[in-house]
Amino acid sequence: MTEKKRIKNLSLMERIYIPEIAKGMWLTLKTMFKPSVTLQYPEVKFEPTGSYRGRPVLVKDQNEVERCVACGLCARVCPALAIEVQASETELEKERYPQKFEINMLRCIFCGLCEEVCPEEAIVMSKDYELVFSNRDDAIFGKDKLLVPVENLKERLDFLRKFKG
Amino acid sequence: MPTITIDGNKIDFSQGQTIIEVARAAGIEIPHFCWHPKLSVSGNCRVCLVEIEKMPKLAISCATIASDGMVVHTNSPKTLEARNAVMEFILINHPLDCPICDEAGECKLQEYAFAHSRGESRFDEIKNRKEKRVQLGPRIKFDGERCISCSRCIRFSDEIAKSNQLTFTNRGDKVTISTFPGESFDNPYTLNTTDICPVGALTNEDFRFKSRVWEMSSTKSVCVGCARGCNSEIWVRNNEVLRLTPRLNEEVNSYWMCDKGRLETFKHINAEDRISGTYIRKAGQLQKVEWKEALDVAAKSLRENKSNEIGFVGSALASCEDNYVLLKLAKQMNINITAFTNHIVTGDQDQILIREDKTPNSLGAELIGLNSNGVDLIYRMIKDGKLKALIIVEEDLGSLSEDWEQALGQLDLLIVTSTNSNKTTALADIVFPASTYAEKHGTFVNFQGRVQRIMPAVATEEEDRALDGMSMSRWDKFGTKFDRWMQGRKVDAKPSWKILSLLAAYLGIKMKFDMAEQVFEEISNTIDAFRGLDYDVIGELGAKVKINEKIKI
Ligand code: SF4
Ligand code: SF4
Ligand code: SF4
Ligand code: SF4
Repeated sequence: MTEKKRIKNLSLMERIYIPEIAKGMWLTLKTMFKPSVTLQYPEVKFEPTGSYRGRPVLVKDQNEVERCVACGLCARVCPALAIEVQASETELEKERYPQKFEINMLRCIFCGLCEEVCPEEAIVMSKDYELVFSNRDDAIFGKDKLLVPVENLKERLDFLRKFKG
Repeated sequence: MPTITIDGNKIDFSQGQTIIEVARAAGIEIPHFCWHPKLSVSGNCRVCLVEIEKMPKLAISCATIASDGMVVHTNSPKTLEARNAVMEFILINHPLDCPICDEAGECKLQEYAFAHSRGESRFDEIKNRKEKRVQLGPRIKFDGERCISCSRCIRFSDEIAKSNQLTFTNRGDKVTISTFPGESFDNPYTLNTTDICPVGALTNEDFRFKSRVWEMSSTKSVCVGCARGCNSEIWVRNNEVLRLTPRLNEEVNSYWMCDKGRLETFKHINAEDRISGTYIRKAGQLQKVEWKEALDVAAKSLRENKSNEIGFVGSALASCEDNYVLLKLAKQMNINITAFTNHIVTGDQDQILIREDKTPNSLGAELIGLNSNGVDLIYRMIKDGKLKALIIVEEDLGSLSEDWEQALGQLDLLIVTSTNSNKTTALADIVFPASTYAEKHGTFVNFQGRVQRIMPAVATEEEDRALDGMSMSRWDKFGTKFDRWMQGRKVDAKPSWKILSLLAAYLGIKMKFDMAEQVFEEISNTIDAFRGLDYDVIGELGAKVKINEKIKI
């Protein structure tokens, strides 16, 4: 057995530890007088900024219609294959709408590529990070859970306009 | 032989060929919208401009006849500049429709815009608005804004469908496609224009918005609508057939197929009335039972009948393999009464593709050894009480006439293999679920005597896309059993040849077939017309059988 070589030999001061412990205690003491940043979750909720990527949602415009035209680009780009869209025809000018729009939240990796590829700004990342389910089927979100009024997504939409053009 | 130089390659050609044809034959693709190998040259899109040395200006390669010693550049700076300019011109009034356009993913304009274009528009004006969602005919919707006025659809309906139904109206940037006043675009071949339209201006009403093209798998197959056997492609998503498209075969159907074949030969595969699992009549009602029980009961009941009281009916809708195993089983059981029936619609035929014989395999059934007149004999024998038991494979005799329905009711034992429920299965004592042509391997012989292969595109319960080498979309490849798109319905069915060879085993008859290919091997070893053929020789485009004079086509 060869003796293991240390990368750095500790000095005497370091070896007796006491100064190091004192340093640590000093840091603790200093922090005690600073304002606290810990949130008492879940009593107190974290409110992210517009740049946060929570679960993807579909934008519902003021006229109560989803912006999505069911082009399927988000489904194609999604690296985790979380999105499934079934298009159908509508009398509205946009011609197509998603008859079915499902995101499997067990597959979604919150990368935001669907938002980036969407030609209609119809799918955006929300602030919602609370995703709890007790079985696989509950993790598949349909249009009922995905559609969010555009007012509630203002911050994200502003962020996108400002930083992503 | 005269030679031409294209992009530095010396290529031989024959007198009269155009540059675009010569290049294509040599594997050099010159971009084009309006030119089509089967249509007359129109030369209106200008995308195929090429530079020819010693010529003062660029020339369109679709209308320039190649001549000896010509030197052509398809990728020189001058050509590229011209191509980009043409693309920019075409895109001036083209809407930003790709997200809602069915053509996206197989659109020539999209592809060329990606490969040869400036990438952004300098056109600040407001784009032209034209009519969208125009019902051109019963099966086609037209989008005026997307049309690039290539005239392919007009030339198709004039030259191929011979119906002269379409024309341009208006001029300049207002030009659009329309039918002649009071007419509808309704010839039997209209949907081919949705394939040749280089953009998404013409859409198939039936398939419109059902799926993006990249989400489906495609499998080479053959249309079962008539004895032509047009080569086709089956497009499947979530184990459901969504559309059929024609596949090039110069010997059979060229680039085309008829609307009827395209729309009406796949709906039964997805239909609600598919038979899934085996059924036995118990106390007057058909009840679902295990395969084992059904086979057991079928074998026992057959044994109770004398062999001269049993008849076998094959089908021109079933494959050669199905009919062969049927005949083999009949022979082993010493049964001589075998037949199949034709489905001829007299007069429903044209000089283009459509045939009177509305089955894909009547010649095949005949070559295998079934007699198409035999069903009349069978009918009389049932009526006279001489025939007590009948096995019918994929043929709906009960729907032929009321007389037939009555006759089938008279039988002591009726065993049927069928894909969907029908009048015959309603009268049957034992029903076996048959796979459709889109769920099995097999062969059909078309009216020209061409053997063509079918392949599984839709999985039945016993099939697995990956393990059975079926074509797979990206969704199929990466899906798990928990994904909804992997949970498309799977029918519990088997090909008829397999059902019959299982039945043979229960009857104690030795017949070892595990794969359709083995059945075909035996066919080619025992029947002269098929000698020398196997699945590889038949390949994707089919092969001719050797027909002796006795069988008339
Ligand atoms: S990319 Fe946008 S418009 Fe297209 S399907 Fe997804 S959400 Fe809808
Ligand atoms: S025709 Fe092609 S380029 Fe035009 S909108 Fe459709 S997919 Fe896009
Ligand atoms: S509809 Fe299609 S095929 Fe007909 S002229 Fe327009 S672009 Fe060409
Ligand atoms: S011509 Fe016959 S084989 Fe061809 S597509 Fe029509 S029905 Fe099918």
